[in-house]
Amino acid sequence: MLLRTAYHLAALLVLPPLLLGVVNRTKAFFAGRAGPPLVQPYLDLWKLLRKGAVYSRTTSWVFRAGPVIGLASIASAGLLLAMGGAPAAISFAGDFVLFAYLLGLARFVTALAALDTGSAFEGMGAAREVTFASLAEPAVFLVLLVLARATASLSLGGMLGPQLGAAWAGAAPALLLAAISLFVVALAENARIPVDDPNTHLELTMIHEVMVLDHGGPDLALIQYGAALKLFLFGAILSRIVFLPGVTGALAQEALFLLGVLAFAVGVGVVESAMARLRMVRIPQLLVGASVLSAFAIVLLLR
Amino acid sequence: MASLLELAFILVVVIDLFVLASSRMGAAIRVVAMQGVVLGALPLLLAPPGHPLGHYVLLAGGALAIKGVLIPWLMFRAIREASIRREMDPVVGFVPSMVLGGIGVALAFAFSGRLPLPEPAHPFLVPTALSTAWAGMLLVVSRRKAVNQVLGFLVLENGVFVFGLLLSGFMPMMVEAGVLLDLFAAVFVMGIVMFHINREFSSLDTEKLSALKD
Repeated sequence: MLLRTAYHLAALLVLPPLLLGVVNRTKAFFAGRAGPPLVQPYLDLWKLLRKGAVYSRTTSWVFRAGPVIGLASIASAGLLLAMGGAPAAISFAGDFVLFAYLLGLARFVTALAALDTGSAFEGMGAAREVTFASLAEPAVFLVLLVLARATASLSLGGMLGPQLGAAWAGAAPALLLAAISLFVVALAENARIPVDDPNTHLELTMIHEVMVLDHGGPDLALIQYGAALKLFLFGAILSRIVFLPGVTGALAQEALFLLGVLAFAVGVGVVESAMARLRMVRIPQLLVGASVLSAFAIVLLLR
Repeated sequence: MASLLELAFILVVVIDLFVLASSRMGAAIRVVAMQGVVLGALPLLLAPPGHPLGHYVLLAGGALAIKGVLIPWLMFRAIREASIRREMDPVVGFVPSMVLGGIGVALAFAFSGRLPLPEPAHPFLVPTALSTAWAGMLLVVSRRKAVNQVLGFLVLENGVFVFGLLLSGFMPMMVEAGVLLDLFAAVFVMGIVMFHINREFSSLDTEKLSALKD
């Protein structure tokens, strides 16, 4: 059991950039290009880590602390997650609230660091980011409530634990709706198309990328690694809900889990290739739609 | 079978919410057509085993042909002729109407059990009917473009159709055939009305009907 937890921690730390690589390769496939190698995100991170950082004289310690606290809180959110059906590293009743707010803390310090630069442009990006985050948060909590209700447990370890198989037998439609809603939220939270485009640097429409424009070198590496980690967390939850509710046996669970996370990355890539970005005024509609879907799922469970 | 039925009902409700949220008429017409197809499948899924299937097959076929094929085709023709693609600014915005739709769905699922109705064949039947009718009514009153109002009427009628399934054991087939024919005639008449509005104002905005003109 301990070995398995250690393996999960290693997967949590090592795999996330690979997901970005898979997303990029999927997009390249749809565009008819060969695309960058799968390990390109690792090489990018390595390149950034060897660089020096330049700090503006108007920034304070907040700016330097932002990336570090951001990465730390996302990584500790990862500790609460039960991956592949094994129990989570840390688990207690109500830890899903901590999970949601650790992700919130990461966003908060990133926005704070952006405001600390004193640039009006970064302030605008921070404002956009938190506006859309405030719409995504209800959806996240509604999805977690669906899971809590379906598995009758209050910790993430239990929600994504062995009870999930029984929950699928009884409440399949609700869980399916919650999974769809969570996928939409994952796209929004990770700044992917149709909400935000991680590759664009067009100042009219960028959201998340605005906030990290002034970070360079190791700081940027931390931020990009944190973003990959967050994508991995959402992929892990979705993979656990959708791919292996009824599977038992450690080896099969692990294999299916990895497959599910990779399938999530491919799904994100397909959405990015097949969909255009939404106009910014339409994004609230998408996120409210996700909330309404998961609220419907709860109604189905409560009746 | 039971889970398939459950999935069909949920799909109908999700389509209601989608239509409330969508501003593109093409997409809205397409999903309403899909709702028609799902509704066509419902009588077959609900048919009690051991019962002669003929009645249910005819009902399903009629619903499929009229709701799933014929009316969507007419609607597509209408938006092509009038060359409109999307609803610009509805009376009630898209986000509020979606939230209202969600509230209606929640209330329907919470309270439909208390209604004095004959025992439904499936617990989701009555709430699905009520929330579909609610979504249709919302669409009719909250959209400005005539095409979307007709679409709202269709969704409302779909709700009534689901409600009618509650009684399909007792209803003679002629009545159901008559209802489907009525629906078709209504959409046909609305198509003519739309054509006239479009020719008069060169737009399908029904607000213009209430403006005075010398």
